[in-house]
Amino acid sequence: MDYFIELFLSGLTRGSIYALIALGYTMVYGIIGLINFAHGEIYMIGAFTSFIVATVLSIYGFPLAAIVVVAGVAAAIWSSAYGYTVEKIAYKPLRHAPRLAPLISAIGMSILLQNYVLLAQTSDFLPFPALIPEFAFMEPVAHIIGSSDLVILLTTTVVMLALTLLIKFTRIGKAMRATAQDRTMALLVGINVDRVISATFILGSALAAIGGLLIASHIGQINFAIGFIAGIKAFTAAVLGGIGSIPGAVLGSLVLGLTESFATGYVSSDYEDVFAFSLLVLILIFKPSGLLGKAEAKKV
Amino acid sequence: MMNKRMNKPILDVSGLTMDFGGIRALDHLDFDVQDKEIVALIGPNGAGKTTLFNCLTGIYRPSSGDIQLVCPETGEQTRLNDLKPNKITEKGMARTFQNIRLFSRMTVLENVMIGRHCRTRSLILGAILRDRRTREEEQETVNKSYEILEKIGLAGQVNEFAGNLSYGAQRRLEIGRALATEPFLLLLDEPAAGMNPQETAVLVALIRQIRDEGHAILLIEHDMKLVMTLSDRIVVMDYGEKIAQGTPAQIRTNREVIKAYLGEDVG
Repeated sequence: MDYFIELFLSGLTRGSIYALIALGYTMVYGIIGLINFAHGEIYMIGAFTSFIVATVLSIYGFPLAAIVVVAGVAAAIWSSAYGYTVEKIAYKPLRHAPRLAPLISAIGMSILLQNYVLLAQTSDFLPFPALIPEFAFMEPVAHIIGSSDLVILLTTTVVMLALTLLIKFTRIGKAMRATAQDRTMALLVGINVDRVISATFILGSALAAIGGLLIASHIGQINFAIGFIAGIKAFTAAVLGGIGSIPGAVLGSLVLGLTESFATGYVSSDYEDVFAFSLLVLILIFKPSGLLGKAEAKKV
Repeated sequence: MMNKRMNKPILDVSGLTMDFGGIRALDHLDFDVQDKEIVALIGPNGAGKTTLFNCLTGIYRPSSGDIQLVCPETGEQTRLNDLKPNKITEKGMARTFQNIRLFSRMTVLENVMIGRHCRTRSLILGAILRDRRTREEEQETVNKSYEILEKIGLAGQVNEFAGNLSYGAQRRLEIGRALATEPFLLLLDEPAAGMNPQETAVLVALIRQIRDEGHAILLIEHDMKLVMTLSDRIVVMDYGEKIAQGTPAQIRTNREVIKAYLGEDVG
């Protein structure tokens, strides 16, 4: 039973990391209908930024808590700057182009950012400092759930609650929902749609950066390619849950995380991806719009 | 003719032309709207009325001509031709649509609050930090939205999804959302279309009230009874051209207008 709970909790941890990244995919898709393939790279840049900041700060002997906060904020800001710039350079000029054009542009951006980090940081795996200590109070349950799992679960829960409140109640959240529903009408009620789109990219990138920091500290190493796999997985999770839907992205991520965890635990870690993507295929056969996605109503 | 200006116009359109490929949808159109005036735009189907609205609000970019908007309070004059729709709304002109375009998956209150977007400022940082200015701004948005909902008779249904309202109520909500942007000129595209006589009566009273509160109104409408009772002035279009303008009494007896509506051979 302990083993089952352990797998369940590690699945939740995995799933909540996926969710942090999947939210960026789903929010961008909801607003401009684009699959932002460069999003995984934004997450990778978040991991590298927090790596650099954390390493420098630990050299100067800052306390761990300060390092985590500063590295997290720095990663969120820096990744947001990348997300914002990518949108301005690669997607905004193509806003009225056929749908395939920005998609290809996104893939191009993804490759560009990967190679840029490869050139700047080498292709080696870099050791990421353990930013989350082993808490003493966690010792009795340490065989079931590690301290960093706990921190990841708590952080993602808080972040997702904050995002939900932001989208539901604030001025910018309302503008995002309005833009997602009817972009022309949003313009006509005086919403600066370009700014709303930028805000969406900034928010999505900041979430991905926080994910980058957490997972890098959890796994303990990073390189330039981590964004690719994580991006594909998070994208899968977003599709699984119904792309465009925010609760869908979270649900899809958790389902994906749990599936992988149980597949690894009960079958073999070699088969984790097989199970994950088989699940995707099955769900899409029976519910093509995803778990919580709405079937697209045709506008007449 | 009515070319003499009563005072200065708040909307001045001159030589406005809109081509779609080889098709001329608007042909050297000239007209104006004065402050606090109700102007009706009529004409047969396909005359170019909605195209004109789309040019005025920045959805289409006119091929040539000039659209000037003058704020009645500050006297600030703006050329609208190359502005984006959201900038035009900011300048003080808002519109509704012929086919209702509410944010149907948002509540009645949220739809009106969205209209206040361009009159408020807070962004992501404000939403996260929730400083005093942000909170005051949000409170003001809610208060002003309730005022508007009272006016359009929807204060009892604030938390209903817009998509679930009755047809007449949805029409009024569209007007409410447009009012929330604080326009001095309101463009209404067939506001009475599909309404029953009772709903139309409520609408007429609402439009009068809006005018009395200091807004000018430019409306497209096919309900001639409504047009004749409500308008100060009527502009008649056919095939993208203005064929007549004047008071309801003048338009009623205008030969050109009768010809456009009923065909050539009418005595």
